[in-house]
Amino acid sequence: MNASLSIPAASVAAIEQSPGYWSGVFKRFLRDRVAMIAAVVVLVLVLLALFGTYVTPADPYQSSMLKRLKPIGTEGFLLGTDELGRDMMSRLMVGARLSLFMGITPVLFAFLIGSVIGIIAGYTGGWLNTAIMRTVDVFYAFPSVLLAIALSGALGAGIGNALISLTLVFIPPICRVAESVTAQVRSRDYVEAARASGANAFAIIKTHVLGNVLGPIFVYATSLIAVSMILASGLSFLGLGVKPPEPEWGLMLNTLRTAIYTQPWIAALPGLMIFITSISFNMLSDGLRSAMDVKQ
Amino acid sequence: MRAATPLLDVRGLTKHFPLKASPGNKSGVVRAVDDVNFSVMRGETLGIVGESGCGKSTTARLLMHLINPTAGEVIFEGKVVGSRDLPMKEFHRQVQMVFQDSYSSLNPRLTVEASIAFGPQVHGVSEKEAVKRARDLLARVGLEPARFAGRYPHELSGGQRQRVNIARALALEPRVVILDEAVSALDKSVEAQVLNLLLDLKQDFNLTYLFISHDLNVVRYISDRVMVMYLGQVVEMASTDAIFASAKHPYADALLSSMPSMDPDQRTEAPPISGDPPNPINPPSGCRFHTRCTFAESVCSSRSPQLTSIDETHRVACLMYEANVQHPRSRVNVLKVAA
Repeated sequence: MNASLSIPAASVAAIEQSPGYWSGVFKRFLRDRVAMIAAVVVLVLVLLALFGTYVTPADPYQSSMLKRLKPIGTEGFLLGTDELGRDMMSRLMVGARLSLFMGITPVLFAFLIGSVIGIIAGYTGGWLNTAIMRTVDVFYAFPSVLLAIALSGALGAGIGNALISLTLVFIPPICRVAESVTAQVRSRDYVEAARASGANAFAIIKTHVLGNVLGPIFVYATSLIAVSMILASGLSFLGLGVKPPEPEWGLMLNTLRTAIYTQPWIAALPGLMIFITSISFNMLSDGLRSAMDVKQ
Repeated sequence: MRAATPLLDVRGLTKHFPLKASPGNKSGVVRAVDDVNFSVMRGETLGIVGESGCGKSTTARLLMHLINPTAGEVIFEGKVVGSRDLPMKEFHRQVQMVFQDSYSSLNPRLTVEASIAFGPQVHGVSEKEAVKRARDLLARVGLEPARFAGRYPHELSGGQRQRVNIARALALEPRVVILDEAVSALDKSVEAQVLNLLLDLKQDFNLTYLFISHDLNVVRYISDRVMVMYLGQVVEMASTDAIFASAKHPYADALLSSMPSMDPDQRTEAPPISGDPPNPINPPSGCRFHTRCTFAESVCSSRSPQLTSIDETHRVACLMYEANVQHPRSRVNVLKVAA
């Protein structure tokens, strides 16, 4: 016993640094083929959103009465034209910016606000937890689509108000996930040990809780991006979000619905983009979730 | 301070967990710990034993003030814990705890070194100094700092993790360490190593241990005194030698004699206690053990025994040892004659 206690002279050598938790997560994520494909698609969409306007084959706002509803594959219009003769391909590319913006921004804000509320509720417990969580439950009583429409309707049309209402819609679910993950972590012995060392709640949350709860909450929030995009599209469709002639996939779906009998494929294109984007974000969050699962 | 002053004095410690009322069932309480009194002397190791659910771990958590007691107080060096004389934070610097589950008690996202250095930093030690202390302690518990300081808990074995937990408890330079089943989850060989480490550390750092375990062999090996608990109450308390040689309380006697002997000729045929402990929601009236006790008489179900001293160090809560109790098997006179 005592032999193993004596410290060899080599102990002054540099401390061996183990690869951290996140490098393990990254490695596992790289091995997940489906998640990698989804990540590439998301990356392309993000690049489109950032730089799409500079690489469009035509002016997305240039309408022409003569070239309305040209089919897919028409000379000069690879994906045809919409009901006002504008190039579909250009509009879809430029539309990525607003659609992604409407998908990601509300979730981001809801992630920040919902996490704070949820972590406080989960860590403190007791009556404060009951008060917060029952309030959250009230929001749960409404279907999210209905809530988004009602809030947007009350606030008035426009991108800003649509963002606010979507943020409000996503705070309760994120808050609930944050609360349950935090309550779990709180009951672990390392939090007890930290309390036993005399640390206050702030220090414990900062050092021991955040690192263990933000990952799962983030994964959940990623899966909401798809929902947010669809809800935002829905709001635009109803005239509560983005206004024409701005290209946004939900709005395009709305304006093209009159053409569904003449050019069904073109009318379906914005919907297809929404589908691809939302499924990619879902796959991405699934991949993240399994990569973060240490038990694998 | 006089040597006779106990380092830690526990008075009337009680924890009742409220039960939620449900239809047809009036709300009640689980009497997890009920009026527990004991003291711990400087430099000793007090073993706490009892079957699962008897309140050992709840007592530890109450002592650490991780849960609030329903009643009672803890006095450390003559100062009431949580009072102005001894704020909670200062008490936590003096009294630390090692938990049973070595994995769950380490933050999976922190390196071993960061986990150990967290406590000192809470108490105002600079990060650099805390990290240095963490490395020194790692070496002290037998983990070479150069190899282990930067590792994460999942890269360590159970024994290594428990060494880290011990190092973390010692990082605050405490006087008392509560070991709540600290070696119970380890392999026998590793358990022995960690026990010996604990004995070495106790000597080097002048520690006082509260050793909670269900493993009687281990308790006998490490403890100076032993306290036996049953259904949230202390039933007997004596020096290790005295209690293992002749436990007075029928429960303590049955519990300690349930230890299998190494010698086949010595094995007892006598049945140990039968049945499960009663529900702590509605504990039996009078002596809580009377439902399973071979010596139970009618008086046992109506009168609660008090912890009674039968000599300077030996205390037992059984009506057979209490004066002025009409118990047919009263041992009071027998003890008097012997004295």
